[in-house]
Amino acid sequence: MTDQTASLASFKGEDAQKKLRKRHRAERRFRMYGMAAIIFAVAFLIFLFGSIFSQGWSAFLQTSIKLPVDFSQEVINPSGNPADEEELFRANYVKLAREALYGQLGIDPKDRKVRRDANRLLSRGVDVQLRDMVLRDPSIIGTTQDVWLLASDNADALLKGSIDRATPSDRRQVSDQQIGWIDQLVDKGDMKKRFNTGLFVNGASSNPETAGLGVALIGSLFMMITVVLLAVPLGVCTALYLEEYAPKGKISDTIEVNINNLAAVPSIVFGLLGLAMFINFFGLPRSASLVGGLVLTLMTLPTIIITTRAAIRAVPPSIREAALGVGASKMQLIGHHILPLSLPGILTGTIIGLVQALGETAPLLMIGMVAFVVDYPSSPLDPATGLPVQIYMWAASAERGFVERTAGATMVLLAFLIVMNSLAVYLRNKFERKW
Amino acid sequence: MEDRPATTVEQPAGPKETGDAAPAGLGELKMKATDVNLWYGDKQALYDVNLDIFGQSVTSLIGPSGCGKSTFIRCLNRMNDVIDICRVQGDIRLDGEDIYAPDVDPVQLRARVGMVFQKPNPFPKSIYENVAYAPRLHGLCASKADMDEVVETSLIKAGLWEEVKDRLDQPGTGLSGGQQQRLCIARAISVNPEVLLMDEPCSALDPIATATIETLIDELKENLCIAIVTHSMQQAARVSQRTAFFHLGKLVEVNDTSTIFTNPSDQRTQDYVTGRFG
Ligand SMILES: Nc1ncnc2c1ncn2[C@@H]1O[C@H](COP(=O)(O)OP(=O)(O)OP(=O)(O)O)[C@@H](O)[C@H]1O
Ligand SMILES: [Mg+2]
Repeated sequence: MTDQTASLASFKGEDAQKKLRKRHRAERRFRMYGMAAIIFAVAFLIFLFGSIFSQGWSAFLQTSIKLPVDFSQEVINPSGNPADEEELFRANYVKLAREALYGQLGIDPKDRKVRRDANRLLSRGVDVQLRDMVLRDPSIIGTTQDVWLLASDNADALLKGSIDRATPSDRRQVSDQQIGWIDQLVDKGDMKKRFNTGLFVNGASSNPETAGLGVALIGSLFMMITVVLLAVPLGVCTALYLEEYAPKGKISDTIEVNINNLAAVPSIVFGLLGLAMFINFFGLPRSASLVGGLVLTLMTLPTIIITTRAAIRAVPPSIREAALGVGASKMQLIGHHILPLSLPGILTGTIIGLVQALGETAPLLMIGMVAFVVDYPSSPLDPATGLPVQIYMWAASAERGFVERTAGATMVLLAFLIVMNSLAVYLRNKFERKW
Repeated sequence: MEDRPATTVEQPAGPKETGDAAPAGLGELKMKATDVNLWYGDKQALYDVNLDIFGQSVTSLIGPSGCGKSTFIRCLNRMNDVIDICRVQGDIRLDGEDIYAPDVDPVQLRARVGMVFQKPNPFPKSIYENVAYAPRLHGLCASKADMDEVVETSLIKAGLWEEVKDRLDQPGTGLSGGQQQRLCIARAISVNPEVLLMDEPCSALDPIATATIETLIDELKENLCIAIVTHSMQQAARVSQRTAFFHLGKLVEVNDTSTIFTNPSDQRTQDYVTGRFG
């Protein structure tokens, strides 16, 4: 006892100084651990974003060739009746595109070998491109129009530098002659990389240059709407009942434990459940975004319930007493005080749940949303895919164009997630109340 | 209301008060608790409490921490109903009506028996909304003008009007602690309750704010029946006409404040008011 008082009696004593230095060192070390952990995490994040960005940015550009296409009446509409959609639909648009290209490059159309080489500069999707133009506006038949037509995957890769000109020509996917043509077109300004709107509007395609996220975006949108419409009211009502009305006891404890367990159930299990219940039992169509939305609702519910309960519990008991004390009924207490005060928490929880749902892949694989869907779904019952599933499908393709699209689609998904998370943070800060 | 003979003849002496007539200087009997027992789960917190509370006066409840003062006062407006594990037995009457009768709605009861809590707890809304909330809830004001008047008179009665009349639209939580507590009093009296329960209303306040509130209590009692829980013997002596001493869940003694402090009949009361325990 006396020893201790003696050593503490002075700030300057040798003993006290030593202890102090030791403690300061320990504190500095402790801080270093934290900083090291953060630096580690940030480094990984930078690496992740860096690698995705460096691979994916080029997916937002797509090479096109400007050609004066002659929409010749004989090829498109020999019958002369522009109302005959069938005929317009079946016309040989590839021929139109190719002839325009031969003209532009000054190629002799009789030389089959040269012709085939030239054909390879154009995407296989040009016929759809031209057909859509004609169907949209049949009055262009018989005129000549400058059209930016999609270049082939290989030409695109050459312009983006992912095919190396230095490789010997027998191992290069683009021949010397093709390189010559490309340079010629590029010099004239008739061939260049343009913003790739197709990435956002096109549906599935086996050609990377015409494949897009359109269907996946709509599918994801339908699913998110389903989740918001179902999971939010269900989750908030459940949380309110459990917090405010349910008698505390064995039953409510069991429910609580089960909800917490559900939140930890692997998402693929929800997919199996959705397959068994919604598709096999209720007979809803496969690959439909409604089913995807229902499965994601089940998955998101525990998150929303748990965060809502936490938000409700964070309402100070004094506010509760105040409201009850002036004669508010339970419903008035909830409607006037509890809900408004816990709204920021509920919103944050909902958005975090939605973010999880948006990025979820496994359950969607189970219900058949990994599908080749070309046309936009017009209702949640039509086949669709989702953003993460589209990434998953593209990642499985070997073509160079799909590799960059995989990274590009990941960037789109990440952008959505970051925007939604920022929204959650913004809402939390905006509505945060101080008592 | 039951018809009871106004007689004082068979009133037994001692700590238990069973008569209905008011001692000199007090209003008529307002609330009457008879044989109140209360359990939190298995734990009994109140034992056979019998207490009469009279109108136009202040009754203070004193006693050591944990003796059941808050528990008892919360029985008087059924605030204990919201505690799941709480079970009340006995008879509590307001103007002769059993407030625990099955057809009595606690919501209506709380409009007649208001409460002010230990910690000031204004709603995170404007000052105006804080006061207007209860009248609106009970549909007491038909028009905006009526409401303005109720808000103004309540704030005047609570002694807060002069300080806040220019900033009624600002949040009630932005006021000082003492002002917040007076805002809570204004909120409680905005529906003209007959009884006002106060659970240590000054324990979070400084002496000056406390003095303001004590003056306020003195004025309010002119047309209100007030029960106040306090840990301050001086406060009990200053503001109350009658004092009840609780100990370990039992009501030990209730009498005129002056009698309790100068000439208590129970040794425990004597020890407590002289500061020997508690
Ligand atoms: N909600 C509750 N659940 C269980 N027990 C409770 C609850 N509230 C109070 N009690 C118990 O009841 C007893 C009386 O508590 P009460 O709050 O009435 O005391 P008090 O006299 O107001 O004390 P203080 O002066 O400290 O406020 C205490 O033993 C307390 O532990
Ligand atoms: Mg208390």
